Amino acid sequence: MTDINLSDASTLESGRVARQQRKWQSLRALLRNPIGVIGLIIVVATVFIAVFAPAIAPYSPSAIAFQRLQPPSMDHLMGTDEQGRDTFSRIVYGSRVSLQVGIIAVLIALVVGGFLGVIAGYFGGRLDSFLMRVVDILFAFPGLVLAIVIAGLLGPSRRNAMIAIGVVFAPAFARVVRGTVLSVMSEPYIEAGKVVGSGNMRLIRLHVLPNIFAPLIVLVTVYLSSAILSEAGLSFLGLGTQPPEPTWGGMLNVARTYMEILPSMAIFPGLAIAILVLGFNFLGDGLRDVLDPRLRER
Amino acid sequence: MGKYILRRLVMLIPTLLGMSILIFGMLRLLPGDILDIIAGTDAQVNEEQMEKLREAMGLADPIPVQYVKWMGNMLTGDPGNSMRSGEPVAELLARALPITLELAILSVLISTIIAVPLGVISAVKRDTPLDFASRVGGLIGLSLPSFWIATLMLLFTSKYFNWTPSLKYVPIYENPIANLKQMILPAIAIGIQLMAIIMRMTRTTMLEVMGQDYVRTARAKGLQDRLVLYRHALKNALIPVITVIGFQLGALMGSSAIVEVIFGLNGMGNTLLQGIFNRDYTLVQAATLYLAIVFVLINLAVDVLYGFLDPRIKQG
Repeated sequence: MTDINLSDASTLESGRVARQQRKWQSLRALLRNPIGVIGLIIVVATVFIAVFAPAIAPYSPSAIAFQRLQPPSMDHLMGTDEQGRDTFSRIVYGSRVSLQVGIIAVLIALVVGGFLGVIAGYFGGRLDSFLMRVVDILFAFPGLVLAIVIAGLLGPSRRNAMIAIGVVFAPAFARVVRGTVLSVMSEPYIEAGKVVGSGNMRLIRLHVLPNIFAPLIVLVTVYLSSAILSEAGLSFLGLGTQPPEPTWGGMLNVARTYMEILPSMAIFPGLAIAILVLGFNFLGDGLRDVLDPRLRER
Repeated sequence: MGKYILRRLVMLIPTLLGMSILIFGMLRLLPGDILDIIAGTDAQVNEEQMEKLREAMGLADPIPVQYVKWMGNMLTGDPGNSMRSGEPVAELLARALPITLELAILSVLISTIIAVPLGVISAVKRDTPLDFASRVGGLIGLSLPSFWIATLMLLFTSKYFNWTPSLKYVPIYENPIANLKQMILPAIAIGIQLMAIIMRMTRTTMLEVMGQDYVRTARAKGLQDRLVLYRHALKNALIPVITVIGFQLGALMGSSAIVEVIFGLNGMGNTLLQGIFNRDYTLVQAATLYLAIVFVLINLAVDVLYGFLDPRIKQG
């Protein structure tokens, strides 16, 4: 009897040690991956810009203090907009909205979808089939269309854009988490944990959650890029954060009226969106190379 | 095969029912309806008239009753009249759907034609600068917002070619050239992300297939490289790519909505947006449900096609 317990305990222990080692290997491997490193730099730089926006932006983003529709110059790196506000300062502040909405929306999706996915995968049975049925139904809607409908009906605001994007992304998280949990459930260490009498909560916390971590990281990074794109799309349509608060999507929308006089107005906000999204996509690509065991073997 | 399709069609019924309940519930439970909008724009309307309007529009009934009435009408093919303009929603959507479908088909065609060869080249020349360039290019393509591309397209065509999109939609059967002139730019703008996705997927599956035994066998028996590539590798590599294209069509409709606004095309996206802003329930619920049905049917078609292409799945 003691024999079995010992070997079970060591199975559990070896799993934990292997995870620790893998974590450091992964980080080192990521830093050797050029695409991943570029992505990391872009993302960290944008976070830095968003946090220190007041120090970086030369002017207030809402100060209507300059001549309208100026082309880029030394005083105004990206020119001024139709109301005489400094475009560069507005782009700097706009990074806050993009990151905030993107991160919170993905957190909503992660918490809601992840919770449903773990429950469905861990307990299985009828609960699982019901939950997956609901997920299928949500999946059957074109994503951005659903986000537009939800954001539009809740009323255009920053909070509602976060909710809309989060709800639309949640099914994807539920599905991936459920799949990963199912594959983890067949591992010997879960069996071992059950044999030594661990409760459900303890098993989920100690053995299921840590093992679905790697695929979740990749998923979160990839969906952050989609969330930022969706946020930009919603604010472009006037369904996101409302003016006068600067958003990249909103700035691009206004620019359409003036772009023949001042093309730079339409170029910079779009460039900002593309660069940040690219950063998350690069980072996600690098992480996938590093963390996805199926790819690692190749 | 016929049985399989039939079974899948039957399985769609609960999904579609669930979707209709979801759409309907969302519209009714969220705050604000069309009467608030009318009241906001027209100060002349008093409480009593509002109540009459509410009853005339069927909004005074309990929500489940409203749902059953709506479903009954939908099943007879009548989605009702627009609450805003009074026009039959069926007519509005019949005008809008072809535009969005044409955009979707065009952008799938364009992106597939460009992306599949790029993906194959990338896989064949694996780990060369060319492969690296197309991988980075793919990631960049994934990151470009379609509405930005569309805006820049309009900027350049109007600035350098003095061309602006005509405001009236010309159907393809009336004047194919005028129609394509109108649709090609928005289709490309929508298709760039899809192009990147197809390219990346083709590369991955080609790499996978090229490591398979049957490809090695084909090589070993002395077949020309090119024949191996096309007859054995590509044919098998394309099967998952087709699935991805099917799944992406939904995302395509989302970006199509925004690009339609930019190019002034009255497709499903633009129509839906107007409906949302007006709280036009009949229009929004019908438009969303139709889009979802189209999407679900496309996915079914992809699955069926998949079965034809990969005989192993046919029994499934």
